[in-house]
Amino acid sequence: MTVACAAAAFSPAAQADDLTLCWAAWDPANALIELSKDFEAKSGHNMSFEFVPWPNFADRMLNELNSGGKLCDLMIGDSQWIGLGAEAGHYIKLNDFFDANGISMGDFIPATVTGYSEWPKGTPNYWALPAFGDVVGWTYRKDWFNRADLKAEFKGKYGRDLDVPKTLAELKDIAEFFQGREIDGKTVYGAAIYTERGSEGITMGVTNALYNYGFEYNNPNKPYDLDGFVNSDGAVAGLEYYKALYDCCTPPGSSDWYMSENIDAYKSGQVALQMNFAFIWPGVHADPNVGGDKSGYFPNPAGPGGHFAQLGGQGISVVSYSDSQKAALEYIQWFAQPQIQKKWWELGGYSALRAVVEDPGFASSQPYAQTFLDSMAIVKDFWAEPSYASLLLPMQDRIHKYVIAGEGTAKEALDALVKDWKEVFEDEGKL
Amino acid sequence: MVKGVIERTADMTPVAVARKIRGLSDRAIAWIFITPTIMLLLAINIFPLFWTIWLSFTNYRANRPNAEVKWIGLRNYERILTDSDIWLTMQATAHFLVWTLVLQVLIGFALAWLINRKFKGNDLWTTIIVLPMMLSPAVVGNFWTFLYQPQIGLFNYVIAFFTQSDPTSFSMIGDVDLAPWSIIIVDTWMWTPFVMLICLAGLRSIPDYIYEAAECDRATKWRQFWTITVPMVLPFLMLAVLFRGIENFKMFDLVVQLTGGGPGSTTELTSINLKREAFEKWRTGYSSAYAIILFVTVFGLASIYVKALNKVKER
Repeated sequence: MTVACAAAAFSPAAQADDLTLCWAAWDPANALIELSKDFEAKSGHNMSFEFVPWPNFADRMLNELNSGGKLCDLMIGDSQWIGLGAEAGHYIKLNDFFDANGISMGDFIPATVTGYSEWPKGTPNYWALPAFGDVVGWTYRKDWFNRADLKAEFKGKYGRDLDVPKTLAELKDIAEFFQGREIDGKTVYGAAIYTERGSEGITMGVTNALYNYGFEYNNPNKPYDLDGFVNSDGAVAGLEYYKALYDCCTPPGSSDWYMSENIDAYKSGQVALQMNFAFIWPGVHADPNVGGDKSGYFPNPAGPGGHFAQLGGQGISVVSYSDSQKAALEYIQWFAQPQIQKKWWELGGYSALRAVVEDPGFASSQPYAQTFLDSMAIVKDFWAEPSYASLLLPMQDRIHKYVIAGEGTAKEALDALVKDWKEVFEDEGKL
Repeated sequence: MVKGVIERTADMTPVAVARKIRGLSDRAIAWIFITPTIMLLLAINIFPLFWTIWLSFTNYRANRPNAEVKWIGLRNYERILTDSDIWLTMQATAHFLVWTLVLQVLIGFALAWLINRKFKGNDLWTTIIVLPMMLSPAVVGNFWTFLYQPQIGLFNYVIAFFTQSDPTSFSMIGDVDLAPWSIIIVDTWMWTPFVMLICLAGLRSIPDYIYEAAECDRATKWRQFWTITVPMVLPFLMLAVLFRGIENFKMFDLVVQLTGGGPGSTTELTSINLKREAFEKWRTGYSSAYAIILFVTVFGLASIYVKALNKVKER
């Protein structure tokens, strides 16, 4: 059916449609508005945009999808929504459309295809086109790192150069070094990390430590077998690390921080290091206070159990309730073109197309481009199960209780998480 | 004019219909008038209540309309009542409820007592005091979030000034021990004026001659306060407690803005917890059972309280 739709969409007789694209309200969305002007000019369709701030994005958009709403023709939904979008019939399957129009998933960064498009994971069933590659990485105050006095003091204290950390242990040392320090007459702190409780913040933060200490979502050989993987000794150590980092090295009052609070803390010169998704890097680079040479970027450092970073980003899907599916598919075909993807990157959007990111000039095109590539090579994602929200909330709760509120031990928190997740999978009939 | 309208309506009514209407009893006419209201009430109050009760015995999920709905008996209720986390949210709610009521009644009554004394500008002071309750809870929550910020918030600097401590050394909304108090302070700031207004109405309803008679009997001010003022204002105070109690039991927006239920689950009140279960985890059957338990709790407590209130009024 999708093939027929696509064929009709690109025929000369195709009529102008009003398309609404739904996404989060953030900088890349503004870049997409700019980019989409080209589509409007070429296709004759009118584009409208419905952007919702991140803290309310999932609530608002999942309600829209769950109620079969017709507001959105195109949805750039979060990567974790793919399972729900596919199984509940919110998104249309794009395999036939891709085949008919020569769009190959092999042309995109493999991690983004797995993360944003596939359901079930690891199978060639595609429900979205990778639209915006994103990953958690770090921003640091290069100008502070380059100060001779600080360099000397750091070397004296830790016996190594004050430089981009290679391991999470080194990162903590650096954060500790800057914590409470006075720089240019102002008290500064170590690191802004994710601690937000209400949506997904602390989960998106803590996984960057958990993965690298040995946490796994389940037994690689037996799906939904959680014991000994979610709460392994390594996972416990990773959680203890994140708590230690929060306790020693974060600004006072940062008990409920996510993307925007971290950006504010960094741009206002409060912190030496900032954990955040890569989408913020163009904004940091352009910032008059901390931009240009004052900031540097590095991928999430390795831990004793591996080297991973939390995947962010989204794919673009066609909503099955849309009355303008033909035009929506036309948009996806237009968006997948290499020249459009190239322009997307230039405007501040993170393209997931290999032709763009593997271009010899890409790594040097922006100061953060190489870090983006390095980070995308080590990504891991949260559950993309249809019940991902039921899995996310207990994780938020258990981790926040331990890391921020200091309740119980890391082992108890992860054991409780295993119990919660088992209950969800039992309800789902998967256990 | 009304008479003219009635006459015109009567003229326009077909004779056959008019005859039928004339033949109706008062009771029948009353039913005709109240039936639409009853239908509306059934549709928007009673039906959802029974629907919720039915759902509470199932595994239904609103985000999976096509999934099979299984009757699971009392399993949802059993899960809720044996879940220690839910008891913690109940405990947090009780803590919030008790302290806000105690503080709001004490401060509200004291303010009303002060405002009730005739002095120049007391109308202006009344207006200033009631301003917080006119603000949106979301705005108040945001506003106080800034006030509570350890680095830029005025609150910490005021406390630090009096205690000679470092303002960045404590975080009202980030500390497990302080966070519950941070929401109690804001709710008290916002809603004490409401209690004050009710108490003021009570104080102003006490006739002056009672105090004059007490003066003649040489009753001290302290005795007048305990034997006249307090008993006569008590029904008003109890009414204020009832209103604030019900409101605070379902408190949501202010707490979400201030702490989001954290740190950990220190300030996760039952209303926030219920919302997460119902509209984030989409466990509709489970959250229906949860809602029924809360409904029965509030209804039971309120019924007992209203009985007590009526007894006080009868005295």
